[in-house]
Amino acid sequence: MCASLCAYTKAAGHGVTPPPEYSGAAPQSGGDVVFKILTGGCTVVVLVLIGAIFYELLANSWLSIKTFGWRFLVSSDWDAVRSRFGAASSIYGTLVCTAIAMLLAVPVGLVTALFLVELAPPRISRLVGTGVELLAAIPSIIYGMWGLFVFAPFLSNYVYPGLQSGLGFLPLFDGPTTGIGMLTAGIILAIMILPFITAVTRDVFMMVPPALRESAFGMGATTWEVTRKVTMRYGFKGIIGATLLGLGRAIGETMAVTFVIGNAHRIRISLLENGNTITSTLANEFQEAAAEPLFRAALIELGLILFVLTFVIQALAQLWLRRVSRGMGGGL
Amino acid sequence: MTTDKVRKRQGDTVTPAEGPGRGPGLRPRPRTGRKACDLAVKILSGFFALLALFLLAWILSTVIRRGAIALNWEFFTELPPVAGAEGGGLSNAIIGTLLITALAALMGVPIGMMTGVYLAEFGAHSRIAAPARFVINVLMGTPSIIVGVFVYTFLVLPFGGFSGYAGAVALAILMLPVVARTSEDMLTLVPNTLRESALALGAPRWKVTLGVIFRAARSGLITGVILAVARIAGETAPLLFTALNSPWEVDGLGQPTANLTVTIFQYAMSPYDNWQQIAWGASLLITVFVLVVMLSTRFLLRTRSR
Repeated sequence: MCASLCAYTKAAGHGVTPPPEYSGAAPQSGGDVVFKILTGGCTVVVLVLIGAIFYELLANSWLSIKTFGWRFLVSSDWDAVRSRFGAASSIYGTLVCTAIAMLLAVPVGLVTALFLVELAPPRISRLVGTGVELLAAIPSIIYGMWGLFVFAPFLSNYVYPGLQSGLGFLPLFDGPTTGIGMLTAGIILAIMILPFITAVTRDVFMMVPPALRESAFGMGATTWEVTRKVTMRYGFKGIIGATLLGLGRAIGETMAVTFVIGNAHRIRISLLENGNTITSTLANEFQEAAAEPLFRAALIELGLILFVLTFVIQALAQLWLRRVSRGMGGGL
Repeated sequence: MTTDKVRKRQGDTVTPAEGPGRGPGLRPRPRTGRKACDLAVKILSGFFALLALFLLAWILSTVIRRGAIALNWEFFTELPPVAGAEGGGLSNAIIGTLLITALAALMGVPIGMMTGVYLAEFGAHSRIAAPARFVINVLMGTPSIIVGVFVYTFLVLPFGGFSGYAGAVALAILMLPVVARTSEDMLTLVPNTLRESALALGAPRWKVTLGVIFRAARSGLITGVILAVARIAGETAPLLFTALNSPWEVDGLGQPTANLTVTIFQYAMSPYDNWQQIAWGASLLITVFVLVVMLSTRFLLRTRSR
């Protein structure tokens, strides 16, 4: 089990019970006091850090907040020459790409976890499990390279023309089939968070008490029936937590999206059109913006919006997982 | 498989649903539809598991095939070429990435590990422990680009300019929660009897931690650090706002510093074939590094657990 993934699942639950404290048991030596202050100080640094991030982002985007007010959130203007900025198209693109990624990755992650836990013989399960973990380890910029030079042309040549001839009457699939656009970005995001959702769901599935599943099998239920009616129902809350964690990752992903989304500041219904996300706007335009205070402040405000979004998602996931693991008697 | 056997036996014995008190409602439901549905899901899940492996193979083979062409002696020894010219390499970016990553580890590992020690050994139930755990988990899920922007506003703007130091700080912040989390987990796994026996010998708490607990948890701690390094080695977004990039030799970290990932980004987005090829070479280098580290830690953990 990849430690970083595992850490996420353990995150809220504190699967391991902490050892009891001894601080009162023996007279403390001077070294102990120093050591305690030192390590406690590092812990405080971590606590201060998150406040500092929020403060810095807020302070440095203040110019833009003051200039545009709430209009920043709903305006889709993005004109560096006339210094008019709005976040609407970036927020829209972020939400659309994340939604596509979740719609694809959650069901596929679920059945892949089902395969790993219930169906595959141990050796194959280990092989596929390692493969899925390696998929999680590949840096996001590599996904970007592959997406831009290999996957987007593939979609443009073989998949999108067929999609358009079949579903082209829908405004969602109207437009050019260049392979660069929001749908491609969403699919690549889905591939990137798939290992994540698979890993957490697998852990949730394995937590279901064997007696529960075995008794369902004993009643004559098929594997799918046991999964749907026992395993998934038992682990439903854990799966929600996994989904939230995947969502938090997808929404902040930068490089892979920046490569394939096309970076156009506009809102289009069609998923095949170019778009942009908060992260791709930041990555693309930062260097030109560095010299102009208002442009820079607008970009940092985009960062602030993203930070608040991910913070809320993370906090919800934590509280949720903590509640769930308490309800299940720990272990998640 | 055992489950199948169980089901078959069950089918044999239960089907005659007669006897006193058994209504028609308890008769077993028809099986064909349910079995077909079961089979469909089984095939589907096998298909998607295969698809995941296929995607991995597709990505890796692409990176290896296109990257291998770019890798040669010059790639490791020469400076980047001008656009459109032949030859050249990324010696500066390789050195830059190594320096920035090493400096980030020097800052992130001690602070992260101390935090882990506090949470596991000294203040497990203290007032700041619960909020600290919460913040560590939130930081772990904070997008790396946000950390980049933060360090930009915190270090680059006030101190006038992009620098390798700022890049190292950004990467250190990304490492911090990972190291802290894994250290805490690994230290809490050490059995209490070890602590008790060392304390009973009269050793002070800090000596017990450094001399006994650390030694017992050593391989787990090392694994955590290695995984954190692997995580930051492939990061691009935070460096874009801090270390930026440079076509020159690395001459201290006080100025924009060449590094592999930002080079990949800039060269891949350029229209020049030779730059794109170099970007593939750098991609191969990064991918091989990250995957080798991942697999070797798995191997390390498995041999330990045997």
